Amino acid sequence: MNQSDSLYEDAIKQFAQAGHGHGQLAAATGAAKLDNPLCGDRVRVQVAVASDHIAAIAHDTKGCLLCRAAAAVIGLRAVGQDELGIEAITTGLESMLKHGSPVPAAWPELSMFEPARAYPSRHRCVLLPFRALLAALQESRRSQHGDIPVL
Amino acid sequence: MSVAPASLRDEFPLLAAAPQLHYLDSAATAQIHRLALDAVVCHETTCRANVSRGTYRLAEAADLAYEQARQTAARFLNASSADEVIFTSGATAALNLVAHSFGGTLKAGDRVLISVAEHHSNFVPWQMLRERTGIELALIPVLASGQLDLAHLSELIDSNCRLVAVTQCSNVTGAWTDVATLVAAARKVGAKVLLDGAQGAQHGPQDVRALGIDFYAFSGHKCFGPGGVGVLWGRGELLAAMPPFLTGGGMIAEVTPAETTWAPPPQRFEAGTPPIAQAVGLAAALEWMMSLDWLQIHARENRLCELLIEGLQRIPGLRLLGPEASAERAPIVSFEIPGLHPHDICQVLDAHNLALRGGHHCAQPLLAALGAEVCTRASIALYSDEADIEALLDGLRFALQELT
Repeated sequence: MNQSDSLYEDAIKQFAQAGHGHGQLAAATGAAKLDNPLCGDRVRVQVAVASDHIAAIAHDTKGCLLCRAAAAVIGLRAVGQDELGIEAITTGLESMLKHGSPVPAAWPELSMFEPARAYPSRHRCVLLPFRALLAALQESRRSQHGDIPVL
Repeated sequence: MSVAPASLRDEFPLLAAAPQLHYLDSAATAQIHRLALDAVVCHETTCRANVSRGTYRLAEAADLAYEQARQTAARFLNASSADEVIFTSGATAALNLVAHSFGGTLKAGDRVLISVAEHHSNFVPWQMLRERTGIELALIPVLASGQLDLAHLSELIDSNCRLVAVTQCSNVTGAWTDVATLVAAARKVGAKVLLDGAQGAQHGPQDVRALGIDFYAFSGHKCFGPGGVGVLWGRGELLAAMPPFLTGGGMIAEVTPAETTWAPPPQRFEAGTPPIAQAVGLAAALEWMMSLDWLQIHARENRLCELLIEGLQRIPGLRLLGPEASAERAPIVSFEIPGLHPHDICQVLDAHNLALRGGHHCAQPLLAALGAEVCTRASIALYSDEADIEALLDGLRFALQELT
């Protein structure tokens, strides 16, 4: 098997195909759209936040398998999390990709992205949905509480 | 003597050292020719000094090498004078230079006409000019083939039009622009014509006088030379009437506390230390290009292009972008495969030693007009061969299995 063939594990293809969380929310409290200027990938994320926790999430993701699989992970896992929790997962994922840190224990399925460590240009593909989710949460916080930084 | 060896791979150090590599991204960056690399090393180890400043012998040698490079670029373009050749950091810088300098002479309501097919480098600078000065920015639409739709040219190039700034050849579809028709229409109303030669110059020496244009921009790294250098050619009388773009050392006639006067072109447009060794390396690449038999090379490139297109057309569902006839396109072939993202395709191809580019190729308006968002691009250059095409078609078959 060639090196990059192992990048496309079945788990990545399955998550990308499942597209957990794909769609739109009827009543979102925050939303964000982020692009990857390298390839034109685009992720739109909507969240409905109640009591500082994600009550519902939806995303519309146009991108590669890695980006779509990452979006599906947040579609599956993000409900119930707060902004600090998502920030910690995102930081952990980024550190896993860039520095070989352990897979964030709370979301073990992120291990499917470990082979992407070897491809720095693809890190943004994986991180884009997480960054879009964080931006949506920040917008939600601003709209609900004014411009108060998360502690 | 013109030469067209059966395979030119061995003349390119990177390709010679990596016989397993199938490099099909020459529209982004072509490989550097051995002579260009040697010229850079030779210059930096025997003539390295700043130019237009020193009187010692080393500086004189650097001056001579740099100005000889300018002469070579002028011959490559068949320019009237080397003074019409400005070295820049690349085609993007050259296009921005025109947008700022020539663009600065335009006024609100003047029209600049570009096309939907432009690389962002020849799109965004004009949008910025529109914001600064209130010019009208108009677009030539494209046909489904990606070729410019010139059917309504008389409406677009009227007495308000001051500049037509278009690509010579699309970096996505490879479609050649009908420059003669555009120049004829522009001449009727006194509009100037800028040709973005970033893709065109790689496919042979140019004749800016025969083209009848006013500005021509190209990059060194796409013409088998080093990175960090490009050329803007402009008609002498236009350059002489244009204000500087960047200011600093080397581009002045005199600086007093009250005012500054400008040096004549080309120095007026080369503020600061120019890319000296890069220009020398580029000149070596251009000299080599001028020694080639381009009829043979074009025939070879077209044959490879047709071979690739025939193979791609056998892949179910694959959509080719660009003109069908190889004579209407440079050997740049972009395609979409439904359900497969170009990044994933290119990643799998990379594992098979194939270097291709996937994405929007800095041409989002064009892709949108063609009903695409992203695509995969194979770009063939004079060192490409049948093995590259066969490897790509094999690699795509593997990618289809791997990614679906």
